[in-house]
Amino acid sequence: MKTIALDQAVALIPDGASLMIGGFMGVGTPERLVDEIVRQGKRHLTVIANDTAKPAVGIGKLVGAKLLRRAIVSHIGLNPETQKQMMAGAIEVELAPQGTLIERIRAGGFGLGGILTPTGVGTVVEKGKRTIEVDGKSYLLETPLRANFALVHAFLADYLGNLSYALTARNFNPVMAMAADTVIVTAEHIVPVGLIAPDHVVTPAPVVDYLVANP
Amino acid sequence: MDAQTIIAKRIAQELRPGMLVNLGIGIPTLVANYVPEGVNVFFQSENGLIGTGPLPEEGMAHPMLTDAGGSPVTALPGACTFASAMSFGLIRGGHLDMTVLGGLQVDVQGRLANWMIPGKMVPGMGGAMDLVSGAKRVVIAMQHTAKGKPKIVKQCSLPLTSTRPVDLVVTELAVIAFPDQRATLLETAPGVTAQDVIRNTEAELTVPDQVPQMRL
Repeated sequence: MKTIALDQAVALIPDGASLMIGGFMGVGTPERLVDEIVRQGKRHLTVIANDTAKPAVGIGKLVGAKLLRRAIVSHIGLNPETQKQMMAGAIEVELAPQGTLIERIRAGGFGLGGILTPTGVGTVVEKGKRTIEVDGKSYLLETPLRANFALVHAFLADYLGNLSYALTARNFNPVMAMAADTVIVTAEHIVPVGLIAPDHVVTPAPVVDYLVANP
Repeated sequence: MDAQTIIAKRIAQELRPGMLVNLGIGIPTLVANYVPEGVNVFFQSENGLIGTGPLPEEGMAHPMLTDAGGSPVTALPGACTFASAMSFGLIRGGHLDMTVLGGLQVDVQGRLANWMIPGKMVPGMGGAMDLVSGAKRVVIAMQHTAKGKPKIVKQCSLPLTSTRPVDLVVTELAVIAFPDQRATLLETAPGVTAQDVIRNTEAELTVPDQVPQMRL
């Protein structure tokens, strides 16, 4: 794990990169990283996230700045701008059930070849997917998701990169931290090693590549 | 009593002590206002919280304590928080006793469409498909008609949320269940007759000899 300045962290991300971004309606999204991506004008990005938040909030800022080419998300209903760009063909949106999306990311990060879920069987979601029967029950085979970068927001990070999360800001963050080639973390507080008790570490330090220095 | 209040009050009667319950956005959220006295239930927010409490007092909101719509909530004593994989494990894994969701259409067998209107409204399914597939009991809270058109139909024209039939539909006119995959009238709202319900329902409705009134 390396500590890194905010602008240098975002400079690592090339145009066209795929990004997993933590957060649920902007809660638990690494807002400083998002702002810096907008400032540096990274383009043609693929974003994998729960949702595209609201205009001017979290991932909504990337949508507003027209930086996305593709989004794999469960919900865009509270961001009319995403729907507008989707209808206009400017963003390709793949909608996935939320529980399927998180499990696809988990599969990507945990070395699994996919997951079998009953969610979506018999609906438009099953289009193009294999249905597999196990003990008489039908499941969809959902394939793993990985990304070039995971942008994760923690509550506490220690100097080694151990992470813990707060309340509902945890959501997709710890699972995404497992599923990308490069993991970049911001934290509300950066604290001495030992301050997060071993039992309270949710993301172990070795999976974190970069910890962004706080201002 | 307005339509939403009738629906929310009636659904609240389905709550039992100790249940783990997920309430969707809209009318379902109102159910929390009518939990019967002495009935303690656990409310889950799928963004990662069990023990969701009422809205915070002014000035007491925390940006990292929110509901599935991203709005500030409180956490009751004994609440716990977790990541999304755990949250949907609870939902899909048979740990969620009941979910209450809104609906656009329900067909004669109880199959629900509630996540998109092609070409018009494509918000995404969020957690709805997992909730309907996974919860032990699925209760739909919706107005009986939309702009005068029945929402309980022969066949859904909108994309299905799941092929798993819902257990109960509660509207401002009626309570309807789906035993043997047949829409069956269980109760009518005060002042509403079975004929009123039939007139506002497209699906063929099985009507028992005795149809009690909702007790609100």
